[in-house]
Amino acid sequence: MSSSQISHAVPPNNPAPSARSINIAVLAMGGEGGGVLADWIVDMAEHSGYLAQTTSVPGVAQRTGSTIYYVELFPEAEAMKAGKPPVMALMPVPGEVDVVIASELMEAGRAITRGLVTPDRTTLIASTNRVFSMTEKTAMGDGRVDAEALLQSGREAAKTFVAYDFASMADETRSVISATLFGALAGSATLPFNGKQFEEAIVRSGISVESSLKAFAAGSQAAIAPASTPAPATKTTIPKIGPALQQLASRVSANFPAASHTIVLAGIQRLADYQDLAYAAEYLDQLDPVKILDQQHGKNSFALLGETARYLALWMSYEDAIRVADLKTRRTRFERVQQEARVESKQLLEINEFLHPRVEEFADILPARLGSWILRTQWVAALINRVTKNGKVLKTTSLSGFLQLYLVASLRRWRRSTLRFKREHQRIHDWLSHVKELAPLDYELALEVAECPRLIKGYGDTYVLGNRNFDALMQALPALRRIKDAAAHLRGLRDAALADDTGAQLAAALKELSIRQEASV
Amino acid sequence: MAERYFKKEVQSLYLGEGQEFRGEGILAVTKALLQSGISYVAGYQGAPISHLMDVLTDANDILAELGVHFEHSASEATAAATLAASVNYPLRGAVTFKSTVGTNVASDALANLASGGVTGGALIIVGEDYGEGSSIMQERSHAFAMKSQIWLLDPRPNLPSIVRAVEQGFELSEASHTPVMLELRIRACHVHGRFIAKNNVRPEFTLKDAMENPVRDASRVVLPPGSFLHEQEKIHTRWPAAQKFIQENHLNEFFADGAQDFGIILQGGMYNSVVRGLELLGLSNAFGDSKIPLYVLNVTYPLIDAEVTKFCAGKRAVLVVEEGQPDFIEQNLHAILRKAGIATTIFGKDLLTMAGEYTASVVTRGLHKFFASQAPALLDHNHLPRLVQSVGGQQASLPIINAVQPRPPSFCTGCPERPIFTALKLAERELGPHHISSDIGCHLFSILPPFNLGAHTMGYGLGWASAAAFKTNDTSKRTISFMGDGGFWHNGLTSGVGNAVFNQSDSVLVVVDNSYTAATGGQDILSSQALNPIRTTRQPIADAVRGVGVKWVKTITNTYNVAAVRDIFKEALTTKEKGPKVIVAQSECALNEQRRTKPQIKKRIEQGQRVVRERFGVDPDTCTGDHSCIRLSGCPSLTVMPNPDPLRKDPVAAVLDSCIGCGLCGEVAHAARLCPSFFRAEIISNPGRWDRLKNKFRHAVIGMLQRRIDRRLARITA
Repeated sequence: MSSSQISHAVPPNNPAPSARSINIAVLAMGGEGGGVLADWIVDMAEHSGYLAQTTSVPGVAQRTGSTIYYVELFPEAEAMKAGKPPVMALMPVPGEVDVVIASELMEAGRAITRGLVTPDRTTLIASTNRVFSMTEKTAMGDGRVDAEALLQSGREAAKTFVAYDFASMADETRSVISATLFGALAGSATLPFNGKQFEEAIVRSGISVESSLKAFAAGSQAAIAPASTPAPATKTTIPKIGPALQQLASRVSANFPAASHTIVLAGIQRLADYQDLAYAAEYLDQLDPVKILDQQHGKNSFALLGETARYLALWMSYEDAIRVADLKTRRTRFERVQQEARVESKQLLEINEFLHPRVEEFADILPARLGSWILRTQWVAALINRVTKNGKVLKTTSLSGFLQLYLVASLRRWRRSTLRFKREHQRIHDWLSHVKELAPLDYELALEVAECPRLIKGYGDTYVLGNRNFDALMQALPALRRIKDAAAHLRGLRDAALADDTGAQLAAALKELSIRQEASV
Repeated sequence: MAERYFKKEVQSLYLGEGQEFRGEGILAVTKALLQSGISYVAGYQGAPISHLMDVLTDANDILAELGVHFEHSASEATAAATLAASVNYPLRGAVTFKSTVGTNVASDALANLASGGVTGGALIIVGEDYGEGSSIMQERSHAFAMKSQIWLLDPRPNLPSIVRAVEQGFELSEASHTPVMLELRIRACHVHGRFIAKNNVRPEFTLKDAMENPVRDASRVVLPPGSFLHEQEKIHTRWPAAQKFIQENHLNEFFADGAQDFGIILQGGMYNSVVRGLELLGLSNAFGDSKIPLYVLNVTYPLIDAEVTKFCAGKRAVLVVEEGQPDFIEQNLHAILRKAGIATTIFGKDLLTMAGEYTASVVTRGLHKFFASQAPALLDHNHLPRLVQSVGGQQASLPIINAVQPRPPSFCTGCPERPIFTALKLAERELGPHHISSDIGCHLFSILPPFNLGAHTMGYGLGWASAAAFKTNDTSKRTISFMGDGGFWHNGLTSGVGNAVFNQSDSVLVVVDNSYTAATGGQDILSSQALNPIRTTRQPIADAVRGVGVKWVKTITNTYNVAAVRDIFKEALTTKEKGPKVIVAQSECALNEQRRTKPQIKKRIEQGQRVVRERFGVDPDTCTGDHSCIRLSGCPSLTVMPNPDPLRKDPVAAVLDSCIGCGLCGEVAHAARLCPSFFRAEIISNPGRWDRLKNKFRHAVIGMLQRRIDRRLARITA
């Protein structure tokens, strides 16, 4: 953007020939205290020789929608000199806003798209926490937008950009985000008021003064500290391997390329945790041929090995009732819930699980022959379905609840003989065969096939749908191999499978593919 | 009880002569009503005047002290009809509602009121819900004023002007025997400002005087020949009287007239935006000392021909700033000037926009175009505001960030209406899609993701009425209609339920009964469960429905029981029983419930009582990140977070601390057989002795077993 001079672009602390208002827009969502923040600003200004006007559109905000609180401040002395009050606007004009405060990162982006943030004038104070939009949340895969893109647009659009996770900060100080943002406004030194004048407004409001002041101080400090934009978190931590796994870990470091170590180590750890050391060793046995293929046909990125290692580990540790019971009974899990629910020292915690196993899930953890007999024999299946018709709420913190889950978890040692184990390993075998067969012929396609198990997730109906989609993709492979850009097409099919939970888009994409194929024949 | 309390703020209604009032626009309106000596006030809530109703509710004691009667009207029609008290008696009264939807409902009464005319001042305060944040169609109250010949005030949006408009509105009403409409835009209703107060006035002629000395005048009744007489009166007496009053009392304002040979005619409500535009273009200072002649229409109907011709005569061009369409004022100005033989060129919708809100940026751009064509020398082209700067002849466009997605309002955390739609989604999975007719209220959020349910909305309380056509013996499929408790009492009982009974409908109605008119801010209604000291509540909807003849009525008292609600839907849609079917789905609005119980719970904990708080959670290690739970809920507290598992890529579901433990997550997990990741945590404050003993014992046994698990895991993970 150009840095052209604008007649009204005069810093507020530098009295201009013709006085003008200081314009502040607060973008917030429902329940975030945008109104409280606006009221504090008005109160502070009115007690510090300024006239203030604020407007808002309530109602929308109360119900989680985004809204703008708009404040204008005008030096009272100027009004006295003129002998009349200023005429203040009821809504912000793009390009004419001195301070924009956004309680969330996408809302900061919204302010920019509305033209409220301009490089000649605007201090943008944004909390970098994300409140995900419905579109982001309901995606079947990962629908989250790129936070870095939002931050970058903030850096480009604003004169001064104060970005910090003011929501977490409010949480840490057991206060509200309006207090930390008010602090950031003070720290940004954009307004002609000092810290004491800010603090007095909080004191006058008389609500949760102590915690608000604490949060205010923290927010102010964060805004003063330079370069407060946090670096995006990266998670490339090498798993910490325990003593029993050392031998297998050495096998990984000796035989596998460094690029794959993080994932493969996480894999053996997962599978030893899931089953036993032998299972983890089997995992490496399965990966060995893929590694060799990747060395021969890959371009040293070892992407195929990495993705195969990832999805093989996840598939081999499929979530059966045994696994779920195992994870739910662990001490670390109890502690995590304790922390998440903010249980204080004198309070007690009860944990209630919502379980609703179907006959399929029962059969899954039974010996294969018994399991398939139950599924085959309608009256038994119907009987079990009757018993499990309504879901069960199990109190894991109670003795009987815990013991039930503990018992199920202890079936782990017989898992290899269960119905589902046999089924999953057959499917894993089929999938790996595709990967290995394709690697020498079309490395890119093999890589896409390696990523396809991403579709298989969830439980119950979701799991059934995921499997159906996965199978549809595998069945499409022969057809795909006959057309150009097979890898890209497979990726397209996978995206279509993740686009809705009815399978409609995938069906449409498959139909289009068959037409294309007929045309190319 | 309403969402916002004004108990503290209403104390400023006691301010007397010369004292400075500081506060919100709606509070200032209330103060102005008291300064005008009203005898009664009534209304129906709805943005942007919901808070005016809340202020009046909280000020009820103060009103009573002054002998003012206040009613929560059953509908806007009721409110408008209330003004009949001013027909025969010198009683001043005011009513308020949302426009234009409320005005639509009220228009029958308004037309009759305007026909016979009034003796006491009658003021209709409408919240003009046209622009940002509006939940209704964009229409103008102006049309109603024109068709019924009600005078329309549109004051400058600052507190002194608004207060003056209220006071002068009553005087104008009495001087012309015509009801007066005062239009306030949403931001003006909520603008914070100040004005110098006057004493409150106790009416000289009271309701008691009227009731003890009844007066009737058959010529005021709307029935021929009276109505023919009224039509003549409107034109020959009331219209001139209004013109005279408006002109003599300078209700409209002129600024800087004579400064240029062109000028601007604007609605009062547009004044601040116009002045800001002028300021940005260097043609005014911050105090509104304009270099351009301004004719500010604080009265937008009727126009005063003499003022218009006076302002336009000698001007080559005039810009009209008139928000909304049709361009009634612009057309009227053309007619006036044409008849007067004045050749002034009129610009307006050609330079501004024909449709849509006149935001400050739309106005500023329009002003810039006007000056660029009429007086380019006045503009300092090197110092133009960014908004109108052009790059290579093109106006700079706003930045586009793909990552910014829309964020419409939705059901609150813990909302009892959400599970109704979850249940319907599950029922439709089995029975296929149905035609769903929506209504006005929070439940209309069902049309948005993640539910995507509902085909149309025809107006408040008209949910069932708008499915009336769908009746044929050619299919066994039924339609489903929704209606809120607010809409039900507003008119739905007759327009929907009575109509369905009479016409032998075979469809299904769901009345969402959350104990409040929740969407307008949680006001009480007939079926509210709260005991309201000044209103009668606790009248069951199911009784009313049976009273008009519905046989198939089911009441759900806990909407969070998704499986039960789903089964009732299935039953209603498939039962062999013919006839209208009504499901009353009751659970208290969570927003109001939280507001009601939070302080109580806090107090109980402080007193050392045993209190159990519930919240839900998701185990991130069993969650596989498919988010089907979110697609069936959409709760703000149910969100996603980065997957802590280094092997997985997709984010996992997570429950925020704002969860109030409504139970929906668990019910959905059960009813839809979703996944075992959900758990409900119960946090027990001030646990009893038995709690602690039990806990100690469990801790010992469970702890021992967990240490066994730990030992195995310690060998794998360091």
